[in-house]
Amino acid sequence: MPVGAPSVTSSVTSSETEPAWTGLPPGLLKLRRLLLVLWLVPLTVAVGVLLQILAGPAWAAFALIPLALLLWGWPMLGRNWRSWRYAERADDLLLSRGVLWHEETIVPYGRMQLVEVTSGPLERKFGLASLQLHTAAAATDATIPGLAPAEAERLRDRLTELGEARSAGL
Amino acid sequence: MSQEPPEDTTGIRERRLHPVTPLRRAWAPIAILLGWAVHDMDQAQRQLAQLTATTLAIGLGVLVPAAALYGFLTWWFTHFAVTDTELRIRTGLLFRRTAHIRLERLQAVDVTQPLLARFVGVAKLKLDVVGADKKDELAYLGEKEARDLRAELLARAAGFAPESAREVGEAPAQQILHTPPRMLAVALLLTGTPWAMLLAAVAVPGFLWFATHNLWTVIAVGVPLFGGAFTNSAGRFIKEYDWTVGESPDGLRIDHGLLDRVHETVPPGRVQTVRIVEPLLWRRHGWVRVELHVAGSANSVLVPVAPREHAEDVVARVLPGVAVPKPADFTAAPRRARWCVPFWWRAYGVAVTETAFAARHGLLQRCLSVVPHAKVQSVRVTQGPWERFWRVADLHLDTGANKTVTARLRDAQEAAELLRGQADRSRTGRRDARPDRWMAGPRQKAPHGE
Repeated sequence: MPVGAPSVTSSVTSSETEPAWTGLPPGLLKLRRLLLVLWLVPLTVAVGVLLQILAGPAWAAFALIPLALLLWGWPMLGRNWRSWRYAERADDLLLSRGVLWHEETIVPYGRMQLVEVTSGPLERKFGLASLQLHTAAAATDATIPGLAPAEAERLRDRLTELGEARSAGL
Repeated sequence: MSQEPPEDTTGIRERRLHPVTPLRRAWAPIAILLGWAVHDMDQAQRQLAQLTATTLAIGLGVLVPAAALYGFLTWWFTHFAVTDTELRIRTGLLFRRTAHIRLERLQAVDVTQPLLARFVGVAKLKLDVVGADKKDELAYLGEKEARDLRAELLARAAGFAPESAREVGEAPAQQILHTPPRMLAVALLLTGTPWAMLLAAVAVPGFLWFATHNLWTVIAVGVPLFGGAFTNSAGRFIKEYDWTVGESPDGLRIDHGLLDRVHETVPPGRVQTVRIVEPLLWRRHGWVRVELHVAGSANSVLVPVAPREHAEDVVARVLPGVAVPKPADFTAAPRRARWCVPFWWRAYGVAVTETAFAARHGLLQRCLSVVPHAKVQSVRVTQGPWERFWRVADLHLDTGANKTVTARLRDAQEAAELLRGQADRSRTGRRDARPDRWMAGPRQKAPHGE
């Protein structure tokens, strides 16, 4: 096994000091806010207009619900976006996410079976790509969304390289 | 014929399955007919009455040869071969399928003998591989051939030289645990599920009878319920009868079954997690059930029932170097966890030893999961809003057998430390693990002493 004594000392120090966290680029936040607006503004208008015509002005107040959702969702998306961060340590990848339901995941490089970079049509439009790590455990849910494609590819290559060096099978 | 196997062109000998195999295939059309007849009994009777002797004879004359031909052809086109590193299976009449199974990735080998196959003297060989959604099986082989093939596959998987692999033969097994039928029967009687299902099977149709007075509804509901109760009680007894756990250099041997005999072999180092379950009513006898999880395998019972000391002894052999932590080794959840999970918070506990991580839960049915550090694939800490308010968090350890071991309601600070610590332990723990080819390499060592 190529992992020798130096990595042990480095891991001890790295587990003591706070790792260097990296956040997500702002593209993802823009995309999500745009989607929020694109869904909720027409909905507000449609509900307001339809109820105004069919049931009267009092009922049209229901249009305030999607509006309130929009106003509440705007900062919430920001908080959620800020909560996503990752750190490359000497021997494993750290992932932290979620505000109310917080989750922190550690995936040792040696356990990675497959590193995937995906990018949907909308994500491509905004210049974003997602990175997904698979281990032998299906429960491992390690995805980093909304990375810049160059960063996603750099991470993929680096993780694959590190994974090969520390490969451990099952 | 163009599909003739390339005999000995590359030194690989292709073989066919046992000649009784076509009979198994011939069952399919008859079963479909029977199923149709049972499904719609009135109409089947009417149709049968209308049939004359000639149509019957013609029908049989067409159906039986067609079924026989189908069975024969599938048998004819199924070949398998063992190479140095792979088991190759070629099969398929219209859609050809070739499976190459890498032997060093083999997780378990089962030889099973259904009741009818026992009369004929044939057996099925099933192989568990990581990532395959269904078991690859060779059905049927001659009884002796199946055993020899299992020995050969295991020998090759263990890393014996190819020329000696065939001669190594069956590794000697040493019995380490046997469940007496009496104990199994008592244990099943003391299990809640069969009783609950039996009660439901009596109560629900009875209630329906009073409510609807419709016999068919009662039968339609009652039969599946009784079936469920049966599989959970008598069915389990038949399946777990004569449960024997043995140990050999090839790994763990599990033999069981009253009617269908099953012989499982789990090579060393394949076990991902072990779970020790102690149902409420077994506690007085000090009995436990042990489950094990192997990647790519569905079978999970290691010991259906055994006294705790014996069970822990078996676990120590399944996970070499791992001792099941004693109750005193566990650290309990903090007291404020009672606001998150009332009563049951008392049962939560974790223990970290040099080689394994253990978590327990369950107040009535106690449950203890042990996972060796080397088998942990990823570690997670989750915390919901209510848990954050009480400063507790849950720790999850994901393993390759698609099982997650969860330690609930740890102090948040402690959970963070466990998370970082576990990542380091899991990484370093792998270094002492045995190689995939367990008889090869520098760490060649004799199996456990007697």
